[in-house]
Amino acid sequence: MKELLTGNEAIARGAYESGVTVAAAYPGTPSTEILENLVRYPGVYAQWSPNEKVALEVGAGAAIGGARTLVTMKHVGVNVAADPLFTLAYTGINGGFVLVSADDPGMHSSQNEQDNRAYAKFAKVPVLEPSSSQECKDMVGLALEISEQFDTPVMLRTTTRIAHSQGFVELGERTGEHTKAYVKNAQKYVMIPAHARGRHVVVEERRKKLQAYVETCPVNRVEWGDRGIGVITSGVVYDYVKEVAPGVSILKLGITFPLPEQLIREFAAEVKELYVIEELEPFMEEQIRVMGLEPVGKKIFPRIGEVSQKMIAEKLLSVTQFKDLIDKSVLVPGVEAEKDVQIPVRPPVMCPGCPHRGLFYILNQLKMTVMGDIGCYTLGSLPPLEAMDTCICMGASIGSALGMEKAHPEMHGRVVSVIGDSTFLHSGITGLLDIAYNKGATTTIILDNSTTAMTGHQDHPATGRTLSKEPTGKVDLAALVRALGIKRVAAADPFDLDQLKKIVEEEAAANEPSVIIVKRPCALLIKQADLPYTIEPETCINCKKCMKLGCPALSAGADSVAVNSALCTGCALCAQLCPSGALKKEGEVIG
Amino acid sequence: MASSGVTNILIVGVGGQGTILASRILSSLAQQEGHDVKVSEIHGMAQRGGSVVTQVRMGKKVFSPLIAEGQADIILSFERLEALRWMQYLKNGGTMIINDQAIEPVPVLLGLQEYPGNIIDRIRSRIPDTIAIDALALARKCGNDKSSNVVLMGVLARKMGFAKEKCIKSLEEKVPAKFLELNKQAFEEGWNAEI
Repeated sequence: MKELLTGNEAIARGAYESGVTVAAAYPGTPSTEILENLVRYPGVYAQWSPNEKVALEVGAGAAIGGARTLVTMKHVGVNVAADPLFTLAYTGINGGFVLVSADDPGMHSSQNEQDNRAYAKFAKVPVLEPSSSQECKDMVGLALEISEQFDTPVMLRTTTRIAHSQGFVELGERTGEHTKAYVKNAQKYVMIPAHARGRHVVVEERRKKLQAYVETCPVNRVEWGDRGIGVITSGVVYDYVKEVAPGVSILKLGITFPLPEQLIREFAAEVKELYVIEELEPFMEEQIRVMGLEPVGKKIFPRIGEVSQKMIAEKLLSVTQFKDLIDKSVLVPGVEAEKDVQIPVRPPVMCPGCPHRGLFYILNQLKMTVMGDIGCYTLGSLPPLEAMDTCICMGASIGSALGMEKAHPEMHGRVVSVIGDSTFLHSGITGLLDIAYNKGATTTIILDNSTTAMTGHQDHPATGRTLSKEPTGKVDLAALVRALGIKRVAAADPFDLDQLKKIVEEEAAANEPSVIIVKRPCALLIKQADLPYTIEPETCINCKKCMKLGCPALSAGADSVAVNSALCTGCALCAQLCPSGALKKEGEVIG
Repeated sequence: MASSGVTNILIVGVGGQGTILASRILSSLAQQEGHDVKVSEIHGMAQRGGSVVTQVRMGKKVFSPLIAEGQADIILSFERLEALRWMQYLKNGGTMIINDQAIEPVPVLLGLQEYPGNIIDRIRSRIPDTIAIDALALARKCGNDKSSNVVLMGVLARKMGFAKEKCIKSLEEKVPAKFLELNKQAFEEGWNAEI
């Protein structure tokens, strides 16, 4: 039976069919839906971990124990999980272990566009790159087999266009149980230097065996066409090449580390012009150049952003002698773009009723230096709130606030960090521990909206529910913060601006570190919104104070502000800012 | 159909308008016709009220999940400004279906930028086959603003020549049971709309 699945759904299906029994992840676009789908299959235990490092360690334990294991994360999550990954590459596994790295060329929803194939080479583990949903499913099974055959973790690297595109997938049955017995073997699994030296030798031998394997494995294949142009490619770029240059010869690599040297040499010898087309880094190209070959790659293709059909056609046409092999229809211009009027940008925004809005309004008013973090609240950096100075990675806000304070002691009272509940539990705890330990005095503001909102509302250790929606223990954030050594812990309601402002001022001015837990559930989780507000146009003095909130339910008019009652959730922030009392809750308006 | 025998439909709108459900209904229809299908969606940050685009490609064999600029056969826009923003993705001779609704982006709400006037006329001057429809009003008639996505699917499905019973089957497949009746009505409104 065929079903239309996204790459992420197909990976989940592949893990189920291939007998995966343990899976762990931290949510991150574009990887999140893999575990959300996998948890629905019978016979699979799947969990959210507090962060990617723990997820990979859970996977390592399960795989060493003998279970087939899947661990998934977005590209930057692998930075967090790199430590266990690099040494798991030494110990090897027992049951198959697959790490899905979902990369984001073009940065649709990420802070950078690092090419994680480099991790595979760095850690000396094989990396597979699917080009379709069908391959996503199939390659999970193949990766598990390679993992077990060569006793190595294996990376399956997708990109946003593979993870979030749907294509047909032939469904199969789950192949029986694969879980092996666990056998204690300290020389293999206890990486003290004496053992690790021996294991590094094993890793190098394994690399050679893998190099032999990739020469003939079924996912590295030549599709012969005209031998004027030969293209070496992988992942989604293969799909683009098939459309733009259907007649050329293609070496499609399903495994991009290690590379099949003989196969590449044979292919290169047969074609007149050799190209390597890949997004981001010249990962294949550099390895091929080391072989002494001279393909055309990053000389004409960018290292930045995504590749497109149109780009491939233009770039190839700019250098090739075989112009007839390129389908020029992709270059036929379409409807002329509008140039007479400026098209306003439409950036993402905090939702109406978002509990983050009030805090960023206050931080803007107080002119605080705000060390930011990763989540919906990063939108507080955009106009009109513009109350964020930095955003680097998950958890970075707290440590960087301490660093700013140490660099500029005179800024005391003006530096705060903001971090979400899920992000705090991911990697904020150690930063706060550092502030307590090293006598910092900044204020850490935890925006507790009781979910991992940006990635689509996943549970975490403070929500009281697991990935499978089972009730579980719930970490008490205030108690946790106190246990780290923070004595000043305040609670605030983000819908009460006066109180919130007072608390922020007090805590920031204190001569010791403090934490403010600003708590309200995500507006999208509230099924029944409060009554909306309305405006009395004749009372409105059009001072536009409320507009500083950047609420999508409010709009500026020539004579007065207008409220879109279909969007308004009744959070009342605007009414608190209104000096003329023009904003009233529906039903409060009298004649 | 494009020269490669692949039909390209670009669905654009504002995060939260239900473009993803529309694309899932459309791909289910293509599946019923026996086409190969690829659909590309955007999740994550852009969904928070940002400009969103979903791409649906159908035909004998489809490799790329993405439509090249200037190669879309049809653009279905859930909002006026988004139609203007994505217009150059349409091939010459293509069809533009626009929900005649304005959702002002924050820079406009703040009075920093202007929401362009006469968008439908501007588009029609370049795209003769432009269909403008007030899907929100039709959705309201069915009792739920949120069903305007399915109203628009009704317009699109008829324009593309799908059989109505197949459309109903796709709705039954993709719409949660408790909203099915409402969405069947919304679909009818779109299907029967005067265009």
